[in-house]
Amino acid sequence: MRKMSITNVSRRGLLGGMGAGAFVLAVGLPRPGRAQEEEPEFGRDAMPNGWRDDPKIFIAIAEDGIVTVTCHRQEMGQGVRTSIAMVVADELGADWENVRVDQAPGDEEKYGNQDTDGSRSLRHHFMPLRRAGAAARTMLEQAAADQWGVDVSEVKADGHKVSHAGSGKSLGYGELAAAAMDLEVPERDSLVLKDPSEFRYIGKGSIGLVDNMDITTGNTTYGIDVKRDGMLYAVVARPPVYGGKVASLDDSAALAIEGVEKVVQIDPAEFPTEFAPLGGVAVIARNTYLAMKGRDALQIEWEDGPNADYDSEAYRETLSQAANSAGGKVIRDEGDYDEAAAGAAQTVEAEYYIPHLAQAPMEPPAAVVEIKDGKAEAWACVQAPQVTRLRLAERLGLSEDAVKVNVTLLGGGFGRKSKPDFVLEAGILSQAMDGAPVKLTWTREDDIHHGYYHTVSVEKMSAGLDESGKTVAWRHRTAAPTIGSIFAPDPAQKLPFELGMGLLNMPLAVENIRAENPEAQAHVRIGWYRSVSNIPHAFAIQSFAAELADAAGRDQKDYLLELIGPARQIDPTNQGDVWNYGENPDVYTIDTGRMAGVVEAAAEGIEWGREMPQGRGLGIAGHYSFVSYVAVAAEVEVVDGRVTVPRVSIAIDCGAHVNPDRIRSQMEGAVIMGVGQALMTEVTFAEGRAVQDNFDSYLIPRMEEAPKRIDVHFVGSDAAYDRPLGGVGEPGLPPVVPAITNAVFAATGKRIRRLPIADQLRS
Amino acid sequence: MVTLVINGEERQFDGDQDTPLLWVLRDEMGLTGTKFGCGIAACGACTVHIDGAPSFACVTPIGVLEGAEVTTIEGLSEQGDHPVQVAWRDLNVAQCGYCQAGQIMQAAALVDQYDTVTDEDIDAVMSANLCRCGTYPRIRAAVKQASAAKSGTSEAEAQ
Repeated sequence: MRKMSITNVSRRGLLGGMGAGAFVLAVGLPRPGRAQEEEPEFGRDAMPNGWRDDPKIFIAIAEDGIVTVTCHRQEMGQGVRTSIAMVVADELGADWENVRVDQAPGDEEKYGNQDTDGSRSLRHHFMPLRRAGAAARTMLEQAAADQWGVDVSEVKADGHKVSHAGSGKSLGYGELAAAAMDLEVPERDSLVLKDPSEFRYIGKGSIGLVDNMDITTGNTTYGIDVKRDGMLYAVVARPPVYGGKVASLDDSAALAIEGVEKVVQIDPAEFPTEFAPLGGVAVIARNTYLAMKGRDALQIEWEDGPNADYDSEAYRETLSQAANSAGGKVIRDEGDYDEAAAGAAQTVEAEYYIPHLAQAPMEPPAAVVEIKDGKAEAWACVQAPQVTRLRLAERLGLSEDAVKVNVTLLGGGFGRKSKPDFVLEAGILSQAMDGAPVKLTWTREDDIHHGYYHTVSVEKMSAGLDESGKTVAWRHRTAAPTIGSIFAPDPAQKLPFELGMGLLNMPLAVENIRAENPEAQAHVRIGWYRSVSNIPHAFAIQSFAAELADAAGRDQKDYLLELIGPARQIDPTNQGDVWNYGENPDVYTIDTGRMAGVVEAAAEGIEWGREMPQGRGLGIAGHYSFVSYVAVAAEVEVVDGRVTVPRVSIAIDCGAHVNPDRIRSQMEGAVIMGVGQALMTEVTFAEGRAVQDNFDSYLIPRMEEAPKRIDVHFVGSDAAYDRPLGGVGEPGLPPVVPAITNAVFAATGKRIRRLPIADQLRS
Repeated sequence: MVTLVINGEERQFDGDQDTPLLWVLRDEMGLTGTKFGCGIAACGACTVHIDGAPSFACVTPIGVLEGAEVTTIEGLSEQGDHPVQVAWRDLNVAQCGYCQAGQIMQAAALVDQYDTVTDEDIDAVMSANLCRCGTYPRIRAAVKQASAAKSGTSEAEAQ
């Protein structure tokens, strides 16, 4: 039975969930003007500004036949510019070599929601974009039929032309474009979508990236590459502690440097800081090097503020105490955990620690803003261009209409570029220079020192097993600062969308389950990082599943499958998950059969059960996130305490495939990011300051550390295009880390309960 | 004042001679294909060829480059058809693409310098270049493909 009282209220508030624009509403205020009884909206319908399927918005056809598809989602490596063009081109019947891609500026009134996060570009826009393509195809057919004076049913559009079988006539799309685009867009219900058997691009593996030539010849434009006439260059010295501000400034040495034009103070951010710049001192110069040199010459004394004592090692103790104490908010309660644990033949406990992480996209945050005639124009690598536009307008005292945000390619995003603080900095500095274009660049140190960090967690797991080794009681306590702390006075507890990331919606065939969320305060900016709260939840749950298998004397994979239980459909709201990635729980149920399917496929892919030589071991983990199912089986080798991961098998069931090559590449990348999180990646804090500076201390995997063999396995109905799609960009990551650490246990007998492994295995 | 050759063209720079080549290329010469990633020779995004050798533009002061020949991604080949560039496109190596210019410049030097390229060579050389998207498996495959294509070409030429 669904608990409607919870779902109605919370779903209403958190429909936007991850969407940055919706977040302020989500955390604080109920949506105005909506009755409680109103049918809840889900998925693309629930996103701020919804979706569009008008072909006149997305498709332009020139006289020479070149089809230009406007991509309203941001490219950050997931391949969305290629995939969206494939979808439109296929329904349109266009030839790929005549398709180009244009990037939309931030304008959600026109394009619908543009927040590129939450692994939902294709999940939400596949069908609207198919309809846009189909509508344009229908209009081309009508234009040809009109010209020939025949009924539209006698003509057919395909291969970039419309043909009339009866007369043998045909006209190219370019010849028909002007007349076609003058026609009314056909009614949505009248459109006939292609049968998947007719697809030439969707689901096929043969399409190269639309930006391949530019990327391989250095002809791309990322945010950091934008150049405007008369442009100045800036860097900012920001308070080293979150919430700090300038106490005193001597900029005389900086201003004495030839080529340094101006030093500008930026007001400190107030709590909750949301997307406001952190404040500090900017140096504006003739080139980036001179700006950096000027910044080095600044004499600044900082007032550190309330987070001056933040120390991540001490804070780990704080979180640990919280996670080991009763009385936290109960977020899931089925059966009677206490009674079942008390009656268990064996109890097992384990505590897991997952550190702060920085997204560290290879392109650091960078943006150009110029202001002319009361209008501001930005060029920026942002995941959320409409939110950027709104916040930039507010900060500059302009109307939304007076601000344009052009979206460049993103040199990686991983959630960092969902926050437009850096674009606001560029805007403030342009304003300080009477509107001259200013490029603001973050150095790598800026990126590591002043991030929107992945949260830090202690996850305390407890369980009771009966005499046969079956888990009969399961308790999960999660203590971690919340992303909500940047949007509102720190709620100190995880929000429903964070709890819905792999904690509440983990399918477990256990009768007595209890989950609790004790309080935890934030001392740094907490932000989305690829996969978000799924990272700690998957690490804890999948590590613990392996520990229970060991306690029961069972094979890890067999035991995991038993915990998942028999094939069934679970309504996530029955487990207390009122968010469900924003999707309709009647449509997107948790399907344990699919979960088991990927576990089996990952295991088979690594030849699970084979005899392993000394120092080698296999581990496995499965996780449901972003409405997709992924399992990972890893092989590790441990020599003198040094862990390498020679081979990984990753299996995904994400429903139908639009661009299988990009699903593969996302899985490959997720494995490598996960190898980093398992072995080396973390940000620590001392005296309120990030300890790591750059890629010499903030470690991410290099070629030599990447697995030599990564096999990606597709599971499920990859051609079921009439069924809802799952996410791809994020779900690969969460199970990678526990698969590796479980393999370390198999190889060494040592449990990794704290990330990263670093030198824990060295004697 | 320093005079050097960039992508076959003679160029001059009379600003601060400590300015790293990276910022001269990007901010002064309009050659933004060479990327900034760390500024401390730790990520390889700025890899260019200086007198044929792969080098980190972010830590190379322009003042030491009098008379040097610098090749950037924009000048690696006329038509974008160096075997490494071709292999990169064939295998859809890139994800976000940002680090790829540096990766390609590093790989091109490796492939041009050695007749055969082993996994150990790739580990040793390509580990200088970071990729946050995790394109390493495809970089590995592309380097091997480019190396094979190049030796195929030179064998054909020899016959």
